[in-house]
Amino acid sequence: MARRKKKQEIFALGNEAVVEGALIAGCTFYGGYPITPSSEIMEIMASRLPAHEDGVFVQMEDEIASMGAVIGASLAGRKAMTATSGPGFSLMQEHLGYACMAEAPCVLVNVMRGGPSTGLPTSPAQGDVLQARWGTHGDHPIIVLSAADVQECLEMTIKAFNMAEKYRTPVILLIDEITAHTREKIELPNPGDYEIHSRVVPSMPPEWYKPYEETVRGVPPMPPIGSGYRFHVTGLTHDRNGYPTSRPDEVDELMQRMHRKIDQFFYDIQLTEETTCDDADVVVVAYGSVARSAEFAVQQARESGVKAGLLKLQTLFPYPRRAMEKLLAHARTLVVPEMNMGQISREVKRVNMGRASVRTINRVDGQIITPSEILKVIMQG
Amino acid sequence: MKQPMELQRFEIRFSGLGGQGIITLGKVMGAGLALGHGYNVTQTQSYGPEARGGSSRCDLVVSSGRISFPKAESLDLLVALSQEACNAYYPYLKPGGVLVIESDIVKQPPTNHYLGLPFTQLAKDKVGIVQAMNTVVLGALTHLLPFTVQRVMRKSMEETLPAKIRAVNVKAFNLGHREAKKHFGESPEVWGVAPEE
Repeated sequence: MARRKKKQEIFALGNEAVVEGALIAGCTFYGGYPITPSSEIMEIMASRLPAHEDGVFVQMEDEIASMGAVIGASLAGRKAMTATSGPGFSLMQEHLGYACMAEAPCVLVNVMRGGPSTGLPTSPAQGDVLQARWGTHGDHPIIVLSAADVQECLEMTIKAFNMAEKYRTPVILLIDEITAHTREKIELPNPGDYEIHSRVVPSMPPEWYKPYEETVRGVPPMPPIGSGYRFHVTGLTHDRNGYPTSRPDEVDELMQRMHRKIDQFFYDIQLTEETTCDDADVVVVAYGSVARSAEFAVQQARESGVKAGLLKLQTLFPYPRRAMEKLLAHARTLVVPEMNMGQISREVKRVNMGRASVRTINRVDGQIITPSEILKVIMQG
Repeated sequence: MKQPMELQRFEIRFSGLGGQGIITLGKVMGAGLALGHGYNVTQTQSYGPEARGGSSRCDLVVSSGRISFPKAESLDLLVALSQEACNAYYPYLKPGGVLVIESDIVKQPPTNHYLGLPFTQLAKDKVGIVQAMNTVVLGALTHLLPFTVQRVMRKSMEETLPAKIRAVNVKAFNLGHREAKKHFGESPEVWGVAPEE
């Protein structure tokens, strides 16, 4: 048997790991505008992409245009991404909705900093969680992922690209300043270690092609512009041919399909990680860098005899309700620490339906929630 | 390489003034411990508008196992290269932790249990450039820490730094190591031994 090649190790920032992940996933386009604490992603992309065979890097005039460029690149057949932080994320909302409607696969990394407005540019927060889900107007489906450590930044970026391509949807990856600016040792995967998905392109002759046709998966095939398949792209509600319509039956079909394509693949999309949850009385539900504090707190609680567990959310939306419902069979208390005034805790309470008691820990002073703060609440039961 | 000894969350903080090379020191040492010595390491740093000219801080957490919480909370080793930093972070040193100071700059150490060397003067006199001060510190710490190997740390440092400043840094590294051996004595027994014993 051939010996497996030893994996290359690097000592990298969370932001660097995002870039590594994107390049492994096949990203060949980056359009963006720098903003702290996400700037390193753009900086490294600017040096790495032009060295790539057909990589394109564009610094746009602002975040609105950045997202526009990303959608354009995506329609032209590229795997495209951008990265930003709070204020830039607000500007990107308009085109984010366009990407949902045009079903243009793309990845948007939001490194969360303190808000609202320009807020705390150099401090961590988790205030954009509900904005990521509901920031753009209209009843749109979207996938929101998060990453807690540097290795996970790499893995979740690959998964974000895979989901975007599989389901023809924008995917938002939320990380926070702490994860983005922590250096850790990570392993770079060998080629073939990860499954890489690319969008399905049409196989029928161009004259038979209908750009938004109903399919079993709910995801129509997508040709790159210029490959002979003609289609019309619009932000207006459109029919199967891509032309604007307001006929209720056609509108309903489109909206139902767009939601169905995300909802029906919950088992593929809703990712969580459990630590000592099997017999836990107290379960901490956390995501992002706070999940690392929670892991430390849970470990300390176990050492002092409290049956504690951690449910780390890697997918935030669609909310992984099944993973949580399973734990509600034995959990008496749920602890939800967040660096905001309580955004995911709303989802937790919704799924909980009064079964366990929900304790929230909220911190909005630009500092990380420490393990001891979480441990204190765990010990109170 | 195989880890020289088993570690459970060993926390190091480098602190001083912006421009002293605190963050570079942390990065080089972190890379050395992670890639050279095979430990799990997280490196975080003060990140803010005050980073230029003001105070600077860089934390390392080193462990044989998985590191959950990435920030340093109770320090095993505090390196203070300014009086202000020494005053600010000394309270976070855990009982039995070691304080290393720049003895020319930190005039009022908060305790008599400390290890001090005039790192800046050493760099200026013996290496020729004051900017190599952080590497002198790195050399001294490599002697001081029981889980670092001089050869391995020096090699990782050479790999991390750009070619044109490599030679001068090797000189500074060796100087720091030598001076620490002369003035600090053998690696202190405090690590792994309870303070009251």
